[in-house]
Amino acid sequence: MTAITALLGSSRPNRWGPLGTTAAIVILAAVALSVLGPALSSADPNASDFASAYAAPGAGHPLGYDGQGRDLLARLLTGSRTSLLGPLWVVALSMAAGTIIAIAAAWVGGWLDSVVSAALDVVFAFPGVLLAMLVAAVFGPGLSAAVLALSVAYVPYIARLLRSAALAERRKAYVQALEVQGLGAVAICLRHLVPNLIPLIAAQATLFFGYAMVDLAIVSYFGLGVQPPDADWGVMVAGGQSGVLQGYPAESLLAGGCIVVLVVAFNVLGERLSDGSGQGGTFGPSRWWRPRRGGAA
Amino acid sequence: MTDAILEVEGLRKNFGEATAVRDVSFSLPPAGALAIVGESGSGKTTVARMIVGLERPTAGRVTACGRDRSQPARSARERRDRGGQVQIVFQDPYSSLDPRQSPAAAVEEVLRLHTRLDRGRRRARVAELADLVGLDERQMAALPSRLSGGQRQRVAIARALAAEPRILILDESVAALDVSIQAQVLNVLADVRERTGVAYLFISHDLAVVRQVTDDVVVMRHGAIVERGPTDRVLDAPEHPYTQLLRASVPRPGWQVPKTR
Repeated sequence: MTAITALLGSSRPNRWGPLGTTAAIVILAAVALSVLGPALSSADPNASDFASAYAAPGAGHPLGYDGQGRDLLARLLTGSRTSLLGPLWVVALSMAAGTIIAIAAAWVGGWLDSVVSAALDVVFAFPGVLLAMLVAAVFGPGLSAAVLALSVAYVPYIARLLRSAALAERRKAYVQALEVQGLGAVAICLRHLVPNLIPLIAAQATLFFGYAMVDLAIVSYFGLGVQPPDADWGVMVAGGQSGVLQGYPAESLLAGGCIVVLVVAFNVLGERLSDGSGQGGTFGPSRWWRPRRGGAA
Repeated sequence: MTDAILEVEGLRKNFGEATAVRDVSFSLPPAGALAIVGESGSGKTTVARMIVGLERPTAGRVTACGRDRSQPARSARERRDRGGQVQIVFQDPYSSLDPRQSPAAAVEEVLRLHTRLDRGRRRARVAELADLVGLDERQMAALPSRLSGGQRQRVAIARALAAEPRILILDESVAALDVSIQAQVLNVLADVRERTGVAYLFISHDLAVVRQVTDDVVVMRHGAIVERGPTDRVLDAPEHPYTQLLRASVPRPGWQVPKTR
């Protein structure tokens, strides 16, 4: 949500550069397509017609059919909804929890700060995907289990960065002036601290949206996230595998391509936003496509 | 002195092993103006931070308007009351304002906290305070990034005065300003004192400024007070060698770097 508000709310898209603007347009287009989904394809994404399995594109079915004779365009569009809503939930939950934890630790300091830092280090030890699979294996597969587990796994990355930013902000004279005025801690945090951290929060949210998308797709690919026959890009990559062996790679390639394009777009935009947020390097789980820069800010 | 509006007794602050402030006592009469002078690291700012409650004294008492404030406030109401007694203006004009808040909004926020004025009256009071510190309507509506250091410092003074404090602490508040702006702000301060009867605790290393603004002075070195008295007397005829050195360190025609010991 924050990512989208940041996208729409910024009055100066030029500072993102051409690449950042392109990324923003790609993301907006994906959101528009998933919202308009049913209007663009009249086919039922879950109706199979085995007679037309792997059939080539034709009238009314511009992308053809998958191995079970389902319309690929309809499935891609429907799948975009779960593939975008999942990460949105992950980002919303982990950002909310991370921000609250970070600000509480930075404001109260002392023992709370030590306890929080230690707890975050423990959670750091679990890779997000692994935690999500573990939770799905224990509580049964499904999107909500994966979303919850990933949210927990992302909290330390977000909380650690925001904590140092909140600490720096807390030491500024305007915050201390408000303390001397007698304004309560909660009011100072909500009215002054958080609004001044919003650029950083938005940048992190955008970046982590991309991470969450890949991680949720991985979980779905292994059959622990969204359950077939519901459409989801991760499920589609997995479902299209047999097609790849038989010379019909369309399903896996299309779904995988959608994931790659969007994740790159979210990464590029996240980087641009964090460059503009006035804070040091961003900080997230290192990925094979994006080695960690800067480390902890 | 029981009629003092601010009374500091035996104040001490340790940071770990180091003692930043030791056995500092002074008092400030209502509508008085007291300076604390001393070099960087002499503990003057720590004293100010203890008075406003941003640092907790290791030992000693701070009494403002007859109420003890050595311990953290227990209730929201007490915290607010303390804010209405003592206010502070910090040294750095660039971090002293919320970058997302216009001066008018910042002053209004303080008025909402400390008074029961309705919207219209708050707006009138904001205009009054802006006028007092010499800021126009356009400056009050601008974001801090569009204001100069001097203008920001005047906003910080207006925000502090909005709480109608009996005591205003100025912690090197004019040190970061260039000389002409400094003179303007000092005039504003003298004017405000005359009109509102606020008492000043003026923390500075600038002896010329101290002479212009204050009645009494205490000289601090290494966390302790080494000399005290009426400003003119202390600055004209310093008794303590350190005060003599401070005075001799002010450049003037034919001046040479004084020998330390």
